[in-house]
Amino acid sequence: MSTPKIGVVSCSGECCVEGTISRIATRLVLEKLRPDNTVTICLPLFSIGEKGERMFAKNFPTIAVDGCEKRCAKNAIEKYSGKTACSLVVSDLLKKWGINNPSPRRELNEEGIEAALKVAEEIVVAMDEIFTR
Amino acid sequence: MSDPVLIIPCSGIGKSFGTISREVTYYVVEVLKKDETDTLCLSLLVMGDKDAVRSVKSHRCIAVDGCPNECSKKNLEFFNAKVAANYRVVDILRENRNLKPSAVTFLDEDGRKLAGILAEKIALKVDELNHKGVVS
Repeated sequence: MSTPKIGVVSCSGECCVEGTISRIATRLVLEKLRPDNTVTICLPLFSIGEKGERMFAKNFPTIAVDGCEKRCAKNAIEKYSGKTACSLVVSDLLKKWGINNPSPRRELNEEGIEAALKVAEEIVVAMDEIFTR
Repeated sequence: MSDPVLIIPCSGIGKSFGTISREVTYYVVEVLKKDETDTLCLSLLVMGDKDAVRSVKSHRCIAVDGCPNECSKKNLEFFNAKVAANYRVVDILRENRNLKPSAVTFLDEDGRKLAGILAEKIALKVDELNHKGVVS
């Protein structure tokens, strides 16, 4: 039996640190926390009509990881492929955890990396929940 | 900043090239040409956000793509942006074969060097644009 996969799609928003955190958290899941179960998709590639990426999101569950409430990743997936299995918004999570101005956007500092790791753990919780549905 | 040049990276997430495109952008926007450039979220543009579309139509843009898929350039063109120039990290890598970037999440030394080379090139382009007007 093949290993079940989930697509984790980050907005990677360039304008704010939450976009950097969404990106780093997604990479941490892909590289360290759930490497066998995770596939990631380039959001801009997905939107210019890359068939493979759109098909993946149609056939497999996806988790959108957005930096802000504009939810570009979630909206893109749902526009081009289908409903997301889960949607996480980094700014909401940081607010819930009481983390303000965690880091510069260009390069995460220690606090920013710690926040990214916490977001990555949230993604893993969401993945586990999807697998048990 | 009255008429900033917008530097827009693809921020591709699968390879080091996307991470380099992002670092290039921040290096230009926050260090080399702080008062003459800005960036915006490509994902916001991709979703057709009105302010983002208006912004790329009214300012000169430089696309910074990691790979030959050219997602930044193609998305800018789709929204009829003023694309003044476009660069690809893979091309800079071909010109600097001694550099072998491999890390994606956190750039390694070669990735940073490559980003520095491309950022300098873009800074020169910004100078050119600001002294010679819009390239269309």
